[in-house]
Amino acid sequence: MDKPVVTRKALVLGLGLVLLLALPPIALAMDEGFFISLFSRILIYALAAVSLDLILGYAGMASLGHGAFLGVGAYVVGILAFHLSDGSPLPFLPGAWAGTASALIAWTAAILVSALFALVIGALSQRTSGVYFIMITLAFAQMLYFFFISLSTYGGQDGVNLEQRNTFPLLDLGDDTSFYYVCLGLLLGFVFLCKRLVNSRFGMVMRGCKQNETRMRALGFATYRYKLMCFVIAGAGAGLAGALAANQSEFVSPGLMHWTRSGEIMIMVILGGMGTLFGPILGAAALLLMEDVLASYTEHWMIILGPVLIFVVLFARRGIYGFLAGPGGRDG
Amino acid sequence: MDSPAAPLLDVQGLVKSFGALRASDGISLDVRAGEIHAVIGPNGAGKTTLINQLSGEMAPDGGQILFDGMNVTAMDVARRARMGLARSYQITSIFPEFTALENLAMAVQSGLGHHFRFWRNAKTDPARIAPAMEGLRRVELEAVAHSMAGELAHGQQRQLELAMALATGPKLLLLDEPMAGMGPEESRRMTDILLPLKGRVSILLVEHDMDVVFALADRITVLVLGKPIATDTPARIRANPDVRAAYLGESP
Repeated sequence: MDKPVVTRKALVLGLGLVLLLALPPIALAMDEGFFISLFSRILIYALAAVSLDLILGYAGMASLGHGAFLGVGAYVVGILAFHLSDGSPLPFLPGAWAGTASALIAWTAAILVSALFALVIGALSQRTSGVYFIMITLAFAQMLYFFFISLSTYGGQDGVNLEQRNTFPLLDLGDDTSFYYVCLGLLLGFVFLCKRLVNSRFGMVMRGCKQNETRMRALGFATYRYKLMCFVIAGAGAGLAGALAANQSEFVSPGLMHWTRSGEIMIMVILGGMGTLFGPILGAAALLLMEDVLASYTEHWMIILGPVLIFVVLFARRGIYGFLAGPGGRDG
Repeated sequence: MDSPAAPLLDVQGLVKSFGALRASDGISLDVRAGEIHAVIGPNGAGKTTLINQLSGEMAPDGGQILFDGMNVTAMDVARRARMGLARSYQITSIFPEFTALENLAMAVQSGLGHHFRFWRNAKTDPARIAPAMEGLRRVELEAVAHSMAGELAHGQQRQLELAMALATGPKLLLLDEPMAGMGPEESRRMTDILLPLKGRVSILLVEHDMDVVFALADRITVLVLGKPIATDTPARIRANPDVRAAYLGESP
């Protein structure tokens, strides 16, 4: 249905991509290397926000516990690194595996473990809907938050420090520019995957559930299993973001799972545009940049964020992305 | 379907109470293959409650429902639908943010199975789209195929919902007041769409518009206060003194 001319949407996406690709050399030329790590953080949170948008914007499940999967992913990386430097075997596994610093292994483990957590949490949460769903996902995330606070082996409240970033074939992740491009590549890969997903048969089932679940059931769809699958995919995406976040700051703490973090990710989605795939990226950039700029003036920067959020919710139905890309931006 | 003696739907002694109110007070009725069986009755007779129990959205307190030779009393909505029990709702139930075509394609997809397909674009998948277009044509909505369903006129939305129910290829169609909220013109168009289905699709029809009921139904069951007081052909129902007293007499 796309028109062959360059649409506003294509223009916005093209410009955004060029900007992201060109950022490190520009930042280095300006001698502002700090931007590279700031934008790495933006890309990582964008990944988490896109994954939340899958369940929030496409399947209509308002989860306020998405930080849980971010935290689980980060802790997988943190715990594997901790045991590597400590030399002790991992406690919850058979055998005597003493951790790893390999990104390929640790990040895959982060994805799998957070998917598993999402499977359990999702299976239970989806017995409810609406406000109860929000509350139960929040409760699960808070449970994990306090669980990790009580784990004194891994620093409790203080968390775990990584001695160094994970190792990656042919690349030095310790180099901020390389790490930035790895984050960008993973984000783009995930967005492409989601793009296929939301337009597939499975994706249509998700969207149908969001609009009218009763009708879906009356048509013969056993909605529970499809929504659960969607929740697991989103959890896995957030887990990968968590693994990257751990590497970015070389530090993991329970704070990643705190409900305010889940709230921030949700704000990114709403600010950027729910039910679009590129919106959450813009939302993550807007929120983190606003935080960075405003926090240098006042620690009460949320006072500015509040009205901005109200404005977006009231006047821009598809968030910043809808505003920039126009009505053509429906499907992301 | 093979033996005309065995009904497609066989409801036996259905009971459902809401507090002190008996919405279904021992309802027994059957729908034969190819038949249009209308259920009429004054407001509050328990017609929608009956449909909700047949579709599986409400669990009966007692009695049983046999569909296509199977006891489906404890089966959930989705499984009954996959067995060939489709329904429409009294209050239009569609996907407002999909196009009319996508609405139909969802119904088609339900019959295709394979919903755990994550990669291929479903919006251009001919297995979904071609039958969906065919279904729209059947209810004369092909002109609005690419309009958002939520923006269609009320009558068109009702037609769309009927088309969705038909697109699942049902053995039995439960229609809950398909003419609700329609003007005479829209109502006539809906009757024109339903008439050719006669003899091909079995229908249990709940409807207030008596012209429609008498034009379509092979048999009519009259429900009063959750109890069927008569089941017969339209001509004999019209002549039945109990029915006239309980229902037809009251209507303007």
